[in-house]
Amino acid sequence: MLTKRIIACLDVHAGRVVKGVQFVDLVDAGDPATQAARHAREGADEIVLLDITATHEGRQTLLDTVRRTARELFVPFCVGGGIKSARDAEQVFEAGADKVSINSAALADPSLITAIGASFGAQAVVVAIDARRDLAAADPVRDAQVYVQGGRRPIGRTVVEWAREAEQRGAGEILLTSMDSDGTRAGFDCELTAAVSEAVGIPVIASGGAGTVAHFTDVFARGKADAALAASIFHFGVSTSRSLKEELAHAGVSVRLPC
Amino acid sequence: MRVTVIDYKAGNLTSVLKTLRHLGADTIVTDGDLSLVESADRIVLPGVGHFAATERLDKTGLTGAIRSAIARGVPFLGICVGMQWLYAGSTEAPQQRGLGHFPESCTRFAESQEKVPHVGWNSLDVRNGSRLLAGVELGEFVYFTHSYKGPVTNDTAAITQYIEPFAAAVERNNVMGVQFHPEKSGDTGLKILRNFLAWQAGVA
Repeated sequence: MLTKRIIACLDVHAGRVVKGVQFVDLVDAGDPATQAARHAREGADEIVLLDITATHEGRQTLLDTVRRTARELFVPFCVGGGIKSARDAEQVFEAGADKVSINSAALADPSLITAIGASFGAQAVVVAIDARRDLAAADPVRDAQVYVQGGRRPIGRTVVEWAREAEQRGAGEILLTSMDSDGTRAGFDCELTAAVSEAVGIPVIASGGAGTVAHFTDVFARGKADAALAASIFHFGVSTSRSLKEELAHAGVSVRLPC
Repeated sequence: MRVTVIDYKAGNLTSVLKTLRHLGADTIVTDGDLSLVESADRIVLPGVGHFAATERLDKTGLTGAIRSAIARGVPFLGICVGMQWLYAGSTEAPQQRGLGHFPESCTRFAESQEKVPHVGWNSLDVRNGSRLLAGVELGEFVYFTHSYKGPVTNDTAAITQYIEPFAAAVERNNVMGVQFHPEKSGDTGLKILRNFLAWQAGVA
């Protein structure tokens, strides 16, 4: 039976894992290669490394980090942050990533999705969408808006429509982050996740708001998510993917166990 | 031991190469040098994406070189589209022929409520006697990402269920294929690749 994936997400700045709420008050949380290997050992089904370094010099540091992290990692490995061209993506793949996550660059030039997919396969292209409910709309979920710049600026498109276009252009998966829920630890936006998951035929990874095991159960059942991203819930040894998955299995969610 | 990895411009080889090297293999990549197929101790054909990409194997002469190597008994492993190529063809690209080592064709998952592609970790039901999957227990998980699949036949080495039962692995003597990605399947995947590297003619 196909299982629901628990994906460990590492935010990386200047070659170090960092932790902070919405990229503010960053705290050092270790070496990316060490942390990724630990997550894989502790049962994560996949690793996402999200680079939040914005500088040009940071690109070389990132490639070095990806290379070191990929070396001993034998689960799927996705890298996002700062990938603006097919050439950027190619370098990240050559460094050892299996997938790239693209966000604002895909919005600026949607043909980038097709270009990366043509060379590396659709399964290698994850389109990340930062979303907020549109509280002024008649249906705040159906009309949820795509945001850029860390959730500060709406671009004037609905999330559902952009997700559909991304799929048509050859995206392999959608990584959906609710900016309303992100950092709150109050639960995923299950209604929004379900709306996107029902609108597309490709897997949807839910992100933003995880605080308890019940939040994951909820996003897989009500939210119809195929995978869920866990970041802060794991930091500083709070919990492991394995213990999370054991509790999910107990609640009737199909997960990869033993792992 | 030299493992020749075939590059036909269908996706990224880094993960497969890295994993084979991690397991101690001496890897070399070819996109058309037939001598590297002729001198190979093992051949690996990876591949993601579209079945039509395998046309390049015909154009470069690699198809013929691989067919000869298989006939000489060289162990061969196809991964994902590389496994599908072992069949007669795929409905994904009906004009493009596969190797035809297995006479059936690959087809897309049937329309259903479930999503296609099939992406994620799913479990294996290994058939008795598979040497590639020796030591893999019922229910061990491996990582898949694909929309087309091979049918369950006498050559099927493991079955996975998604929408319908399909061939997760195929095996006849020295010719083996896996629909999943052993290089991305944790300890189970490493065990399978170790079995492939240790494969010897006539040794069960």
